[in-house]
Amino acid sequence: MTKLDASIEKLRQRAAAEGLLDVAYTRTDSPFGTLLLATTPKGLVRVGLPNQDEEALLEELAAKVSPRVLESAAPLDEARRELDRYFEGELEHFELALDWSLTGGFQAKVQRQINRIPYGQTRTYTEMAKRAGNERAVRAAGTACGRNPLPVVVPCHRVLRSSGGLGGYGGGLPMKKALLALERSVALDERPQN
Amino acid sequence: MSELPPFQRLIDEHAAEVMAVLRAAVGREGAEDCFQDTFLAALRAYPDLREDSNLRGWLVTIAHRKAVDFHRARGRNPVPVAEVAETPVDGPEPRDDAVWVAVGALPPKQRAAVTLRYAADLPHAEIAAALGCSPEAARRSLHEGLKRLRKELA
Repeated sequence: MTKLDASIEKLRQRAAAEGLLDVAYTRTDSPFGTLLLATTPKGLVRVGLPNQDEEALLEELAAKVSPRVLESAAPLDEARRELDRYFEGELEHFELALDWSLTGGFQAKVQRQINRIPYGQTRTYTEMAKRAGNERAVRAAGTACGRNPLPVVVPCHRVLRSSGGLGGYGGGLPMKKALLALERSVALDERPQN
Repeated sequence: MSELPPFQRLIDEHAAEVMAVLRAAVGREGAEDCFQDTFLAALRAYPDLREDSNLRGWLVTIAHRKAVDFHRARGRNPVPVAEVAETPVDGPEPRDDAVWVAVGALPPKQRAAVTLRYAADLPHAEIAAALGCSPEAARRSLHEGLKRLRKELA
């Protein structure tokens, strides 16, 4: 660590101590590439998938949450640990506090319903529209899945087409398929043996 | 809705320069505290900053203020010494200190212009933007400040 890095690290700690660290972000490895994680004092606010532009994600946070955005790993330690365990197939339910600041309206309703889909199970876009209170808004439900600010943690990969088709995924369809396969294999392992 | 860049970008792009400015202005020892004070003050004020602000000039101006505060505090509380050394201490820092103490004694506009020009290497137009005056006025302040320094340090 250079002397300047040490000074910047001290600045991070003091900013957090003085309540000036509105958005902390860091990067973490996953089987699919590097994820960007961002948190506010309220909870995890953004998960950026490997194919998403980091600068654009940070600019969105600056514009919609607060421009006091600092790179800082410590506030995201718990999120990183839970994600690691999830990708290992050892964690089925995230315990993280979530901050829904980046979403609102019908989309937020859909996303909160997505967050209730159990591990290893899937729902359709139509079902999500209905649960969010408007069963005709299937297209809007699809959009809400696509704009999920917290992919993986809020499991929009568990939402499929009524036809059984995969639908879309912000991180690319291979990632969606792999996440579903991971959850299915863990769920199969856990069936009572006879 | 704010269009300010994420604050981290200001750190990535300007932290090294702010540290260099502060080392020049207050010496190595004081620079660390001034650096913390500068960026914490900037972070505190950042959400209310106008979108079209010159971020580099803004940060350097804050750093300059913190350096002046540092010199002022030290001037008020001079370190007591048993006897004054006969021989000059080696190295450029004590001589730099003398210059910056003299800079610290200049009237505010001249002081700001001199620091921004020589410690931060800002061009006249950016000094003017940082001080909120015309480039012509910035040039005049710089000129007056340098004239006075030459007299003080001669």
